[in-house]
Amino acid sequence: MGKVIVVTSGKGGVGKTTSTAALGAALAQRNERVVVVDFDVGLRNLDLVMGAERRVVYDLINVIQGEAKLSQALIRDKRLETLFLLPASQTRDKDNLTPEGVERVITELKRVFDWVICDSPAGIESGATLAMRHADMAVVVTNPEVSSVRDSDRIIGLLDSKTMKAERGERMEKHLLLTRYDANRAERGDMLKVEDVLEILSIPLIGIIPESMDVLRASNIGAPVTLADARSAPAMAYFDAARRLAGEVLPITIPGEKRGIFGKIFARRAA
Amino acid sequence: MTKMLTDARAIRIKGRSFLAVVLAPDLPFDDWLVRLDDLAARSAGFFLGRPVVLDVTDLPIDRAQLKELIAELAGRSVNIMGIEGGRPSILGPGMPPALKGGRPVSDEAVAKEPIIELHNSEPKPSVPEMRPTLQSIVIRDPVRSGQSVIFPEGDVTIIGSVASGAEIIAGGSIHIYGTLRGRAMAGSLGNASARIFCRKLEAELLAIDGIYKMADDMAPGLRGHSVQLWLEGDSIMAEKLI
Ligand SMILES: Nc1ncnc2c1ncn2[C@@H]1O[C@H](COP(=O)(O)OP(=O)(O)OP(=O)(O)O)[C@@H](O)[C@H]1O
Ligand SMILES: [Mg+2]
Repeated sequence: MGKVIVVTSGKGGVGKTTSTAALGAALAQRNERVVVVDFDVGLRNLDLVMGAERRVVYDLINVIQGEAKLSQALIRDKRLETLFLLPASQTRDKDNLTPEGVERVITELKRVFDWVICDSPAGIESGATLAMRHADMAVVVTNPEVSSVRDSDRIIGLLDSKTMKAERGERMEKHLLLTRYDANRAERGDMLKVEDVLEILSIPLIGIIPESMDVLRASNIGAPVTLADARSAPAMAYFDAARRLAGEVLPITIPGEKRGIFGKIFARRAA
Repeated sequence: MTKMLTDARAIRIKGRSFLAVVLAPDLPFDDWLVRLDDLAARSAGFFLGRPVVLDVTDLPIDRAQLKELIAELAGRSVNIMGIEGGRPSILGPGMPPALKGGRPVSDEAVAKEPIIELHNSEPKPSVPEMRPTLQSIVIRDPVRSGQSVIFPEGDVTIIGSVASGAEIIAGGSIHIYGTLRGRAMAGSLGNASARIFCRKLEAELLAIDGIYKMADDMAPGLRGHSVQLWLEGDSIMAEKLI
């Protein structure tokens, strides 16, 4: 049975879609079967970031409404054979995304794939709550600034109350992915410190992705950054985050700083 | 604006229950409305979507003045769900219903019965109420933005932080073993001896027995420290714990 991950944030534009594609491609490069699912009905983006926008015939809503079979809607990546996309509908009303339909599709995907990664829309409305509903674990995407952190905190509250896992009395596994981290702004003190974000949200960190032109370049050529330029700084950070998602334990480094964050904390204690 | 903050008379709001907030205006209304606006400006959205009960006990006002006050409040999107302590002679059609919050609505001149009894249509036998023993709850997780912990029965202890945009409302005292970034309202049913304790104070709003303090009103020296807060008269007092 595959694992279902929701990539969520509350606040818009923080890097959910970028991260879904990058983590999906990173996991698929480990030869695991991955599907990325776009829940952003009406504002779909994941197809663009994956470079599959011209190959979309059927979408998630078609499958839910019984107008297409799941196998017809899944699009296989041209570069990685274990990577698939289930696109969102750009034209249909998001009310067509029904709880029963979503449950059916996710159950079916879990049977076939090792990883089902759901790209949540922004906000806390039904699109976002449906995207998280069947998740086994959550990647909470946050930028190091106050409004993003507060929205993430709100989303964590929903993850702990509105999901199937929470309703069954189980604990949702949550991971913090800090994105668009700008080392220069951090140095000037224009951004929240990593420690402060961790203290406020108090969930484990799986990666810090630097702000980088490589992300824009990758999306312009329609490739997840972990496929477009595997040696770039954001790609390497996403590869490490994917390994942590898969259960590996690796030290985390803050972009622009030599030592790992834990090394830094220990150094200060010793001083 | 900041002059209002030092006004000796606070805006008195009582968290009567998690259903309603009780506003107790005083005269002259113009001054009171200025202070209310100031409070509302500093606690964006505090009244939004919250039912509000207007407590006019002992106010020497007539029906026209009350009507005008209700209109002023409606203009601020404060919707009054009921009026408490109003003599029947000042209430009338087109006004929110009279509520009986513990005390009987009485008016020597007119009828002894309230116009509408929201709680119960049966007259309640006036048996002295047994005070239940004070209870307490312990929350072992951080309280996240958007979450409310409401416990009118007694004390609330949080092992973790209270996020910006989260709120704790307790009938008794509030103990937070973490950072308080959101709102804490202790003694919400009218308990002036309730206290608030937190390991690190970064609160947006603090209240004890209906007396409120916004972030801007707090002495800057307290921010970031372990603090306890209590009430002396109409003032919230604070002291560092360590
Ligand atoms: N690490 C990064 N460095 C530079 N730009 C980035 C980075 N991550 C994301 N971006 C850019 O930020 C913008 C928003 O990213 P993305 O679409 O992934 O966010 P989102 O959270 O999915 O947004 P929405 O809430 O609208 O769905 C995009 O233009 C993307 O290229
Ligand atoms: Mg998106």
